Amino acid sequence: MTEKLTRQPFILRNPSILVVLAVLAVFTVAVTLLSQAYGSGTVPTSTVKVLGKTLCLALAAVAMDLVWGYLGILSLGQMAFFALGGYLIGQWLMYARTEGIVAASLAQNPIPPTTAELQEGVANQIFGVVGSSDLPLVWSFAHSLPIQLLLVLAVPGLLALVFGWLAFRSRVNGVYLSILTQAMTLALALWLFQNDSGFRGNNGLSGLQNIPGLDAVDQATLSVWFLWASALALGLAYVLAAWLVSGKFGSVVRAIRDDETRVRFLGYPVEGFKLVVFTLAAMITAVAGALYYPQAGIINPAELMPIASIYLAVWVAIGGRGRLYGAIIGAVFVSLLSSWFTGGRAPGIHLPGYTVNWVDWWQVALGLGFVLVTLFAPKGIAGVVDRIGPLRAPSPERHAKEAKA
Amino acid sequence: MSALLEVDSISVSFDGFKAIDNLSFNIGDAELRAVIGPNGAGKTTFMDIVTGKTRPDAGDVKWGTPPKSLLKMNEAQIARAGIGRKFQRPTVFEDQTVADNLTMALKANRNPFAVLGWRPSVDSTGKVAELASEVGLAAQITRKAGELSHGQKQWLEIGMLLAQEPRLLLVDEPAAGMTLAEREQTTALLVRLAQTRAVVVVEHDMDFVRRLNCKVTVLHQGSVLAEGSLDHVTRNPDVIEVYLGR
Repeated sequence: MTEKLTRQPFILRNPSILVVLAVLAVFTVAVTLLSQAYGSGTVPTSTVKVLGKTLCLALAAVAMDLVWGYLGILSLGQMAFFALGGYLIGQWLMYARTEGIVAASLAQNPIPPTTAELQEGVANQIFGVVGSSDLPLVWSFAHSLPIQLLLVLAVPGLLALVFGWLAFRSRVNGVYLSILTQAMTLALALWLFQNDSGFRGNNGLSGLQNIPGLDAVDQATLSVWFLWASALALGLAYVLAAWLVSGKFGSVVRAIRDDETRVRFLGYPVEGFKLVVFTLAAMITAVAGALYYPQAGIINPAELMPIASIYLAVWVAIGGRGRLYGAIIGAVFVSLLSSWFTGGRAPGIHLPGYTVNWVDWWQVALGLGFVLVTLFAPKGIAGVVDRIGPLRAPSPERHAKEAKA
Repeated sequence: MSALLEVDSISVSFDGFKAIDNLSFNIGDAELRAVIGPNGAGKTTFMDIVTGKTRPDAGDVKWGTPPKSLLKMNEAQIARAGIGRKFQRPTVFEDQTVADNLTMALKANRNPFAVLGWRPSVDSTGKVAELASEVGLAAQITRKAGELSHGQKQWLEIGMLLAQEPRLLLVDEPAAGMTLAEREQTTALLVRLAQTRAVVVVEHDMDFVRRLNCKVTVLHQGSVLAEGSLDHVTRNPDVIEVYLGR
């Protein structure tokens, strides 16, 4: 039995990684071959965008699973990082595109515009809607794609680091920590809702589907490119997350989830481990957001409201927390089902005297489903996969504390 | 005798109740000591203070040479300094295998990034196997800790303590819930361990303490009532009154 303990490439110890990557590759190739830009055109561009966005949500769910399923922190503020990623990439998208438009219109003047004139024109265009004509300080780097890309990682990472340091150091745990994370995202949303926040208040950022410098590329093609990028990001993050939870680090992280005090008496700096996982998950979530919103086209502060983060938790719970593929299954399954039911295309159920309209009743059904899964299938959909498939996760049946209770 | 751990007149009270009252206690290198006392005598609080779980209101706890105060350190730092603690209820990570539990406890750099880069080696694997057989769990090494019996969990936890290679072991009621044979094994192990490090055993089972055959400290209402050999303390009229004569 000792050979089981000796060194092995971790991918071989986690067959689920290969399965997930293979499914992801097949899915991406299939959608590409059915797309309007590169294939038969069976799948309309709007559907390609929905699928691309779904991959981003799955990416956010993987990060959520790291934080909740493995580390045991039910964070109800994950979508704050997601939206921050979207806002930060949106700044560049909006600025660069507006700059192009303003430059084109000013070029008709007899005298070529100065930099100051150009910037004023851009500021007027972007912020006229909130009654301002100055470029806020937070837009200082909006002209630079590399800097904004860096900020996509740095800002949510720093927020998670500072927030986590304050919370973990004070040993805030359980429900209190969940409430704190929820307060964080709510506070951020309320701030962004203000017109003078520098992010156009409740208008948010729009026109993000138009990529500056790629005007010649149509949306059909762009949507496929974004699908590829989203699939690549999901694949890479999945391998990273699986590596993280596979070794001794993963062992310690799961131990912290099950009995934090005991881990302290083993000599591990619990706060340090929590910070590493929480911050990394925030950065993964931000990347997901930065890929999501160019496909969605618009972002506004409503995206940060706590309900969005609660949905994320519901997906992970339904998919099966403590299993990375469970998070993907949950996010894909529930979010696609949600958009089908709320899209108005689901046929209503005609009862005598009443018609169940899914647009109104879907939320109720989802809530009910969540309760049922929690009660009767605590391992979620992944629990079913476990029973029938050879996908053995290196992880837990469920929280040991629950098992004891 | 140079003291490894020196507890210097500590006091702590919870909501006005004095759990520890001006307690002083020394233990040297490679010494086995039993701490006995009735319920509420402050045995567990004493351990909580030494391991950093509870802060005393007054007094100091000094460790090693040159003596360093433990009061400024948190639980993890104290554990890394070489104080291991065995809880009354076995606390092992039930979700993980015996090998995982032991590997986690192995003495190594505890920094998150160092742990991230840690890979099992022939050395570490050998150590885990050795520890597992030392505590009689060689056949259970790939099983989840949650599947073990109560006694086996106790042993796994002892194995994890050994893996930490502490200089001082604090053991809280090791015999609780063990069969007679397991108790004898435990006694032998504790005596053997005390040859190379300090071991403090908190227990209220007198038979078990007698078998340890070591110096005994009797706690009562948060302070030391008597200290010496078991025969010596059991002849002490105060001890008889508060503890044995009930």
